[in-house]
Amino acid sequence: MEPTPDLSHLTRRDYDRVYEPAEDTFLLLDALELDANALRAAKPQICLEIGSGSGCVSTFLAKILGPSVLYLCTDINFHACRCTFLTGVQNQVILDPINTSLDSAVRYRLVHGVDIILFNPPYVPTSSDEAEDAQEGRTIEGSWAGGFNGMELTNVFLERVEHLMSLQGKFYLVAVKQNDIEHIRRSMLHSYGLKSEIVLQRRAGREHLFVVRFTR
Amino acid sequence: MVRLITHNLLACHVKGCTSNNFPLEFKDAKLELREAEYNPEFIRGFLPKIEWKALVDTARQLGDTSLPLEQPEMLDDEFLKNLHHVLLEIHVEEGSMICPNCKHDYPISNGIPNMLLAEHEIG
Ligand SMILES: C[S@@+](CC[C@H](N)C(=O)[O-])C[C@H]1O[C@@H](n2cnc3c(N)ncnc32)[C@H](O)[C@@H]1O
Ligand SMILES: [Zn+2]
Repeated sequence: MEPTPDLSHLTRRDYDRVYEPAEDTFLLLDALELDANALRAAKPQICLEIGSGSGCVSTFLAKILGPSVLYLCTDINFHACRCTFLTGVQNQVILDPINTSLDSAVRYRLVHGVDIILFNPPYVPTSSDEAEDAQEGRTIEGSWAGGFNGMELTNVFLERVEHLMSLQGKFYLVAVKQNDIEHIRRSMLHSYGLKSEIVLQRRAGREHLFVVRFTR
Repeated sequence: MVRLITHNLLACHVKGCTSNNFPLEFKDAKLELREAEYNPEFIRGFLPKIEWKALVDTARQLGDTSLPLEQPEMLDDEFLKNLHHVLLEIHVEEGSMICPNCKHDYPISNGIPNMLLAEHEIG
């Protein structure tokens, strides 16, 4: 069992601006823990977390896989990038944060080059306007506002992810029931030939959360 | 921080800027050197992902001339140690990165590279 990363350096003031790890985050940690042996055995070189927020998830992954892996972490929120870096430092792992939307700055160079991709997206159904404003504002609202079906940003990434995945690549996506998991899985199979499995699911308050793993 | 291993993976993504958009050129770079654990197996494994010329040119711009212009066939320990240093131990903390094609300026502040674009620049 890997311990949950030490986040004691982050304060209320950080969480006013950056997503505080919650049930969705912890479900993703549990999914990675379940897969830990397989992840290690595949000897990954590059991991990419989209929307790393506090940095909790990539730190946890870095504890599982060790230092001989590059951990790229993107977020549109500058404060999240800072927190991600500092959470790495606090836990003696090196994370490389990039302030960008999705994979925009790295996709040109990482064609079929990423071994592990993690994305806990803004998945809450909201109006499209709310999601757009949150994206433009690059603030904490962008942590949850997901627009129509909670899928507006996730859909953009789903169209891009196959292009990033290495031959042995694995992509972990957090979703909620309203996102229509079965529809996502079917369309990823039909459009990109990506197979998928539900690694874990859990009810937390009003949310029914899932972690889905996609592979070739 | 922007380490050269990461820099070697960043490209300009302004709408329409699709050729000669890599590598970004450092400007006013403030460097910090931080020791990292040496793992020759990792460095060797990562080599195929590196754009060699971009790495050597960038390292030279930043004042490190330890890497040969041509990637050697024999990966001896001295070479791997130099490469380890260049890829993982040179951190750019402040400054900016300029696209060689469209000249877009991507600032680095507090160690974080700002690769965000305005709405009208997004492809
Ligand atoms: C639900 S939070 C997850 C944070 C963290 N990964 C976790 O599991 O606790 C979603 C994160 O995605 C980021 N985000 C939102 N839109 C993004 C975009 N277009 N590109 C990159 N990150 C984005 C948010 O700033 C936020 O940090
Ligand atoms: Zn450009």
